[in-house]
Amino acid sequence: MIDQFPALIIVAPLLGAFLTPIIGWRYRQLCRPWALMILAIPLYAAGGALLQVIRSGPFGYNLGGWAPPWGIEYRIDHLSGLMLVLIAAIGLLAAINAKPGVSMDLKGKEPHFYTLLLLQITGLMGIVITGDLFNIFVFLEISSLSGYGLIAHGEDGAPMATFNYIIIGTIGASFYLLGVGYLYMATGSLNIADLAAILPNLYHSKMILVGFAFFTTGVAIKMGLFPLHVWMPDAYTTAPGPVSTLIAPLMTKVAAYIMIRIMFTLFQPDFSISVVPVATILGWMAVVAIIVGGIKALAQTDIKRMVTYIMIAEVGYIVMGVSVMNRPGLTGAILHIVNDACMIFGLFLIIGAISYKGHGREIYHFQNLNKKMPFTMAAFVIVALSMCGIPPACGFFSKWYLIMGTIVAKQWVFSITLLCSSLVNAVLFFRIIEKAYLAPLGGGAHGHDDDHEEEVIVRDEAPASMLIPILITAAIIIILGPLSGKIIAAVIQHAVPAAF
Amino acid sequence: MGEVIYSAKPLWAVLVSMIAAFLILLTGEKHRNLREGWTILAALIKFGLVFSLIEPVLAGKTIEYTLITLLPGVALQFRVDAFGLLFGVVAATLWIPTSFYSIGYVRTLKEHGQSRYFFCFAMCLSSAIGVAFAGNLLTLLIFYEILTIATWPLVVHHEDESAIMGGRKYLVYTLTAGCTLLLAIGITYSLTGTLNFTSGGFIAGHGSPGLLILLLAMFIAGFGVKAGIMPFHEWLPSAMVAPTPVSALLHAVGVVKAGVFGCVRVILFVFGPELLHQLGVWTILAGVVAFTVVVAGLLALGQDHLKRRLAFSTINNLALIILGVSLLSKNSMTGGILHLANHAFMKITLFFCAGAIYAKTHKDHVSQLDGLGRQMPFTFAAFTIAAMGLCGLPPVNGFISKWFLCLGAVETHQIIFLFVILTSAMLDVAFFFPIIYNGYFKKPLPDVAPKIDEAPMLMVIPLCMTAIFCIILGIMPNAFLNFFNIVRLAVANVLGG
Amino acid sequence: MLEYILAKYNFWIYVVLMMIGLYAMMGKRNLVKKLIGMNIFQTSIILFFVSIGVKKGGATVPIIMGHGHGHGQHLIKVADYLNPLPHVLMLTAIVVSIATTGVALATLILIYKRYHTLEEDEILAIRKDPSSYKTLG
Repeated sequence: MIDQFPALIIVAPLLGAFLTPIIGWRYRQLCRPWALMILAIPLYAAGGALLQVIRSGPFGYNLGGWAPPWGIEYRIDHLSGLMLVLIAAIGLLAAINAKPGVSMDLKGKEPHFYTLLLLQITGLMGIVITGDLFNIFVFLEISSLSGYGLIAHGEDGAPMATFNYIIIGTIGASFYLLGVGYLYMATGSLNIADLAAILPNLYHSKMILVGFAFFTTGVAIKMGLFPLHVWMPDAYTTAPGPVSTLIAPLMTKVAAYIMIRIMFTLFQPDFSISVVPVATILGWMAVVAIIVGGIKALAQTDIKRMVTYIMIAEVGYIVMGVSVMNRPGLTGAILHIVNDACMIFGLFLIIGAISYKGHGREIYHFQNLNKKMPFTMAAFVIVALSMCGIPPACGFFSKWYLIMGTIVAKQWVFSITLLCSSLVNAVLFFRIIEKAYLAPLGGGAHGHDDDHEEEVIVRDEAPASMLIPILITAAIIIILGPLSGKIIAAVIQHAVPAAF
Repeated sequence: MGEVIYSAKPLWAVLVSMIAAFLILLTGEKHRNLREGWTILAALIKFGLVFSLIEPVLAGKTIEYTLITLLPGVALQFRVDAFGLLFGVVAATLWIPTSFYSIGYVRTLKEHGQSRYFFCFAMCLSSAIGVAFAGNLLTLLIFYEILTIATWPLVVHHEDESAIMGGRKYLVYTLTAGCTLLLAIGITYSLTGTLNFTSGGFIAGHGSPGLLILLLAMFIAGFGVKAGIMPFHEWLPSAMVAPTPVSALLHAVGVVKAGVFGCVRVILFVFGPELLHQLGVWTILAGVVAFTVVVAGLLALGQDHLKRRLAFSTINNLALIILGVSLLSKNSMTGGILHLANHAFMKITLFFCAGAIYAKTHKDHVSQLDGLGRQMPFTFAAFTIAAMGLCGLPPVNGFISKWFLCLGAVETHQIIFLFVILTSAMLDVAFFFPIIYNGYFKKPLPDVAPKIDEAPMLMVIPLCMTAIFCIILGIMPNAFLNFFNIVRLAVANVLGG
Repeated sequence: MLEYILAKYNFWIYVVLMMIGLYAMMGKRNLVKKLIGMNIFQTSIILFFVSIGVKKGGATVPIIMGHGHGHGQHLIKVADYLNPLPHVLMLTAIVVSIATTGVALATLILIYKRYHTLEEDEILAIRKDPSSYKTLG
């Protein structure tokens, strides 16, 4: 059983996706239980695969029995094992959370939603699991296409945002494909492990350089790295609640995963340092991304849009961790992929719950929200503190490693940028916490018990199917923090190239 | 150093109030007495746990508990040594009277959001003990940041404009400080590969003198914000908008002392006296805090708002503690560390008095206190005792610590610092005695009751207790809690004696 | 110079096509034109892949006809056969590109239903000021 896990991870959601419309044809309400059941399989398999990797090291799986480099190889190492568990867990939680949101935003389209959701998960898992460059392109497009389909269902501006996303996303994917073409021309291979063995002799070939440039640009577009982020805020803001909850935390993180794969597995780290100065360029782009993301986020009053700009800054964090090219930096980047996925997921879950209860997304709508939705807001505070890097939440630890990376690289500007960015996050989130928990400024003076009859605020908490994922995510955010030492020792340190 | 005992007691001392905090939240507004019961129960258990650590520490042992590894070579670790224990004992001891006092205060004033108030209070205590018992810089930082966040809801408790503004100012100052600390600790880790506190410092020999001086500046700036070192003191008077028990425990004991504690930890246990002598920066450091001592005293003179005056007095005394430690001689360190405990007892008494006056009469300005001593004799008696202590008059405990500070200043042949300490005592007299004079000798204002009409017992008894404690500690510094011995042991550890 | 261009004319064609596509996507205001640009862009990449599989001099599809029932001494000359892999990959890429076009067209229908126009600037105007919708539509 266990040696079929890699195939199961892909096949289960893929087949599940094809069967969903058939099931939904007659029994629409069966779609959700079906999707949940299907999603539990890859989670179980991914967990098993990760344990296997931790116990006995990376392993491969030859699809259809064709040995690499001719056949397509699925390869699970520490990094991809971690990502698989992350994607599967977030996918499952998002599907649990989706019920009320879907019944509100996508009424009558349950089969569409769950089909695309399963396809999306298939695509993301496929990108992570495959050991073949062209296969990554195919899965990237599977996830992107299902993403386009999901986002287009959203509110007023959604179709337009989707169209822009399609155009820019396709450019990104095509650039990636071009990169694959150049590498294939130079080496005649598509298997990552095979290429990694061939490439070092060709590092100074122009073809490889061009291919690498196309790779980086294409992935940066998919990742939303400034200045290639323009599609992101619109697409994620206008997407329906359950959709942005699913896509936003995962898509950018998986793109970051591809970047780490290309820079550290496909190419040797010193290629990005000495042959082309791409590390330095990426580092400064990350600085700009963090600054611009922070400033743009400060300018927003719609919290969903604000979070999308925070995501742009967070992508900057990950890229910065990659760009400093040392062990703590890359450890921080990988840890931040996990932590940030959880935090962004938590934020979108909370925003979804708030919109579901009919509250607006503008900051002033948060007035008194802690009395109406105390548990949701408590979770919000936890996520917010984690975003600001307050220990013991997980955000602190990835920030710690990222800062350590910049210190080791002696890039002081980077360190200061990271620190300032957490202060910006503090401003962003505390203005909301202030609104939610405190009386309005100027209005409600010293509120004593006895003269407090003006208005009775009724508790009106989100339904259990939304609240449970929210609370689980909040708990994960707290637990991941102190556990980060263990996670790094067991998984992440093996994902960092030994050369560091 | 002596043997190490592995025990989970420090962990439980931290956890007990955290657990209580959640019980408080669960119990909620409906069952007030049960909720307050949790607070008091947790306070007593915490005191018991911390008290039980005194004996082994005095016997020269260290109590250690490692929870989980965070980084290679750095764990979430508690290590109780004499210095940490001192802060722990002070915080745990003073939580008991403050709990009773808080209950009296919030019930008299019918405050809103009491559950939130007690929740945050308990969280603050947890993190203060965590700061005290932290075995390395990272653990210290973690609890320090929790303390920052847990205090914010208390600062903005009144939810009016000045409270919210005070809260914002507080966050800006302390979060920026937290970031500075994070960077400083990161650099330290990258230089040395360890963060564990070592008596006499561990950073010597790593990095160039210039870098080390920069690092020291970052540490002092980071911890100095909470300790109110000028020019980072501005948030403290603004945060006085908080309810008085908060000002009492957190702005005399918990938060600000955590800042001072951090400064001293860095000076003595990261850098170490020898390295500071080598770098020659201790005079600059002492100069900066001496400036704070004098200027804060002068500014206090100008405050009419009672709590703001007390806040400046706090800034003045905190700087005095750091001054004592940064003079790096045996007596000055003894005086400084002892003052950390003594000042806590005196200042909490003063805040308790200010709160009792406010709860009873809604007066909070010095100029409104005329003749109030006749209406509230116990409160004013306690106030007088504590004020005398801060001025350094025997037989109150402030005398002892100031005596050692002066001895230390003489010992280092830095007569200027002796003058600073004496000037600050003069200034203390100058800004405390008018209050006492107003209260006892001025013609009573028309709204002062002619007969004794004190604040509720739940408030008066705690403040009398702490005042009496100040005198007892002045006569017998080793009474009950062995403060003096603990301080001596802490200094001996640092100096390797 | 001209020789250099002519020697690798297939690459130049793909570059030119790609630039045309990029220009249409970035520069055109009409959404259908943008979509067409996207298609040209994708096609240029497909052509690029196809052209790297080309061999001159009578090379053919790699169907190896056995003369000697599997134990002959026949040598397979690489120059005689085309590499099929790039072409196979492009079959997948074409499918992907058609799927993308399909989704994009569906989105365009959605946009048209909502705004009754496919000009980007008009849509932006409507979104900024919904009252202008009637005058335009």
